[in-house]
Amino acid sequence: MDNEQLTHETRSFVAHQFDDLEQQKEAGTLGMWAFLATEILFFGGMFMAYLVYRFSYPQVFAAASQYMDVVLGGVNTGVLLVSSLTMALAVHAAQEGNRKQIITFLIITMIFGAIFLVIKGVEYHHKFVEHLVPGYNFQYEGAEPGKSEIYFILYFVMTGFHALHLIIGIVVLTVIAIMTARGRFTKEYYTPVEISGLYWHFIDIVWIFLYPLLYLIHVHK
Amino acid sequence: MSTSGSENHTNYLNDGYGVKSWLLTTDHKRIAILYMISITLFFMIGGFFALVIRLTLLSPNGTLVSADTYNKMFTMHGVTMIFFFLIPSIPAVLGNFLVPMMIGARDLAFPKLNLLSWYIYVLGGIFTLSAMVLGGVDTGWTFYTPLSSGYSHTNVVPTVIGVFIVGFSSILTGLNFIVTIHKMRAPGLTWFRLPLFIWAHYATSVIQVLGTPVIAVTLALVGFERITGVGIFDPNIGGDPILFQHLFWFYSHPAVYIMVLPSMGIVSEVVTCFSQRKLFGYRQMAFASMAIAVFGFLVWGHHMFVSGQSVYAGMAFSALSFLVAIPSAVKVFNWTATLYKGTIRFNTPMLYAFGFIGLFTIGGLTGIVLATLPVDVHVHDTYFVIAHFHYIMVGGAVMGYMAGLHFWWPKITGKLYPEGLAKFSALTLFVGFNLTFFPQFILGYLGMPRRYHIYPPEFQVLNVLSTAGASILGLGYIIPFFYFMWSLRKGKVAGNNPWNAKGLEWLTTSPPPTFNFDKTPVVTEEAYAYPEEDLVGG
Repeated sequence: MDNEQLTHETRSFVAHQFDDLEQQKEAGTLGMWAFLATEILFFGGMFMAYLVYRFSYPQVFAAASQYMDVVLGGVNTGVLLVSSLTMALAVHAAQEGNRKQIITFLIITMIFGAIFLVIKGVEYHHKFVEHLVPGYNFQYEGAEPGKSEIYFILYFVMTGFHALHLIIGIVVLTVIAIMTARGRFTKEYYTPVEISGLYWHFIDIVWIFLYPLLYLIHVHK
Repeated sequence: MSTSGSENHTNYLNDGYGVKSWLLTTDHKRIAILYMISITLFFMIGGFFALVIRLTLLSPNGTLVSADTYNKMFTMHGVTMIFFFLIPSIPAVLGNFLVPMMIGARDLAFPKLNLLSWYIYVLGGIFTLSAMVLGGVDTGWTFYTPLSSGYSHTNVVPTVIGVFIVGFSSILTGLNFIVTIHKMRAPGLTWFRLPLFIWAHYATSVIQVLGTPVIAVTLALVGFERITGVGIFDPNIGGDPILFQHLFWFYSHPAVYIMVLPSMGIVSEVVTCFSQRKLFGYRQMAFASMAIAVFGFLVWGHHMFVSGQSVYAGMAFSALSFLVAIPSAVKVFNWTATLYKGTIRFNTPMLYAFGFIGLFTIGGLTGIVLATLPVDVHVHDTYFVIAHFHYIMVGGAVMGYMAGLHFWWPKITGKLYPEGLAKFSALTLFVGFNLTFFPQFILGYLGMPRRYHIYPPEFQVLNVLSTAGASILGLGYIIPFFYFMWSLRKGKVAGNNPWNAKGLEWLTTSPPPTFNFDKTPVVTEEAYAYPEEDLVGG
């Protein structure tokens, strides 16, 4: 974008360290991708641990996976996928500069995120009632309770960190919605909406891996 | 570009004086100063622990402190020095100050994130410091399970929380540098015109962004295991403590390159300036930095030759570890070749750079010894290892930091340090360092294990030598601290470019104005474009 073409209004969106809006957009986007690389490695450590134990104790993991609620997990997968759709629609609305639509879609996205968390909470509660919380009340009926406990630790840690990311995602979207309401974004500049979307989709993708790895190890009886 | 060398120009230091103007600043130069003060504090704390260690080892019976206290001392020495001094040292202080200036930018890409990273550092520091005040931690800086997760009765949880938190400050710094170097270079500053300091920081940032999250999640898992009583590293339920070592070293081996790569960048700047020569083999040097970052991720298993990993894994890791020597040697040869027929000036930064080249070479060569699987079985967990990594981390990383600190001190403060005293202290440091750590190579080879507060009496002479060296080394650190402080008030005004150095940071005033340059500089030449005199037949 040529500097001369920038309206006075657009110019005011450019932070002091950047030369123009283009540079600011590119920096924001690259920053988010670099951050997502960090996140992949963060979850990667846990996936690595999962992989090691899954290969060491395949039967134990398959048996323990029977205790997962496939229906609730499946519903949650659907909920997150829909939330990704509404997030994409929010970004689309931002491209068109439709402030009202951005906010609407962001709110819908957040509601779906909250629904996911509630369902996850219900599942956690079931595990608590069934005495399947490691280190707290773990009493496992099946074979190899010790190794099964490792499965449940991984389940809680991985889904727990995922849920934490989702909570952060909801906070981020709240901030973005407020910024939208205050008129901080235009058709020319909506990078924060876009990169928050990237983050949201990332959270979604993590779940897309977690669901089959934890819930669908073995065909359920 | 302003060329006024007077003290009265507006600069980042006199742009606001209140506490708030510092604690809420988003200026990368002020944040660098905040980091400088914080890491110096941690360096002193870590140094104190080192002092206790060396005093204890004066006598074979370990009379000064008990075995338990000694365990805490070397643990806290390691934790403080690695996570709170060495890793942030060059990137967060000199990198923060210089990366934007060297590429002709007004600031980093994300100034608020930069300030946030300092607060995260402070928060992590508070956790770790409180763990120390509450009675310390004794697991070794490596936090090996199941000692850390089950058996240690010390403050492991607050310590690992502190290290977990401080990791994110490192990630944010790396992320900021990557984006800044990609997107904010001045017009004309192509990738192959970048100073090697920038290449080194780019390579370092990649490691910070990709490595640090792995140790963060690993330590989080250790914390969970400690709090709940069971965990995925718990052998009682079928967990694998070796998995912890794999995850730990996946970060902690590359972390060594977080410490030493930026130092290599500094040495490239210093060697070219004080010999007034173009860098020999610029592109090889840039690629070598990246190669070290990449290979660094493939060699972690050489810490685990005797841990019970498979022999074949050990052989593969051994072979891969040898590969790291290639780009490292390229660097050493190229620095040496740069000096050839140069107009060499023996200023303090150059002395430190020479120190770096020599000591890093010794550290690197002994690294090859350790990477050799059968030899490692003999010297594993002995003082040979201690000596080796101190040659890399202190002889390499800290020497580089000192070189950089002296080199850019006139730019940072606008004042010159006293050259004579500085040269004297650089020599003191060099002598003290070698006297401290060279005997440890011999001790290790003879079989003295690390992490014991007592040892057989026949090792006493070498241990006394080492402690004597440590006190000289300590002096070598204390003198600069005082003359740097002194120079702030009494030092001679430096001017914009006291060393006649190339590089954009020397074009602006000292200290630089808040936005670094009055006008964005345009780059028209290669890095280190020092005037070439007759190269052939001269």
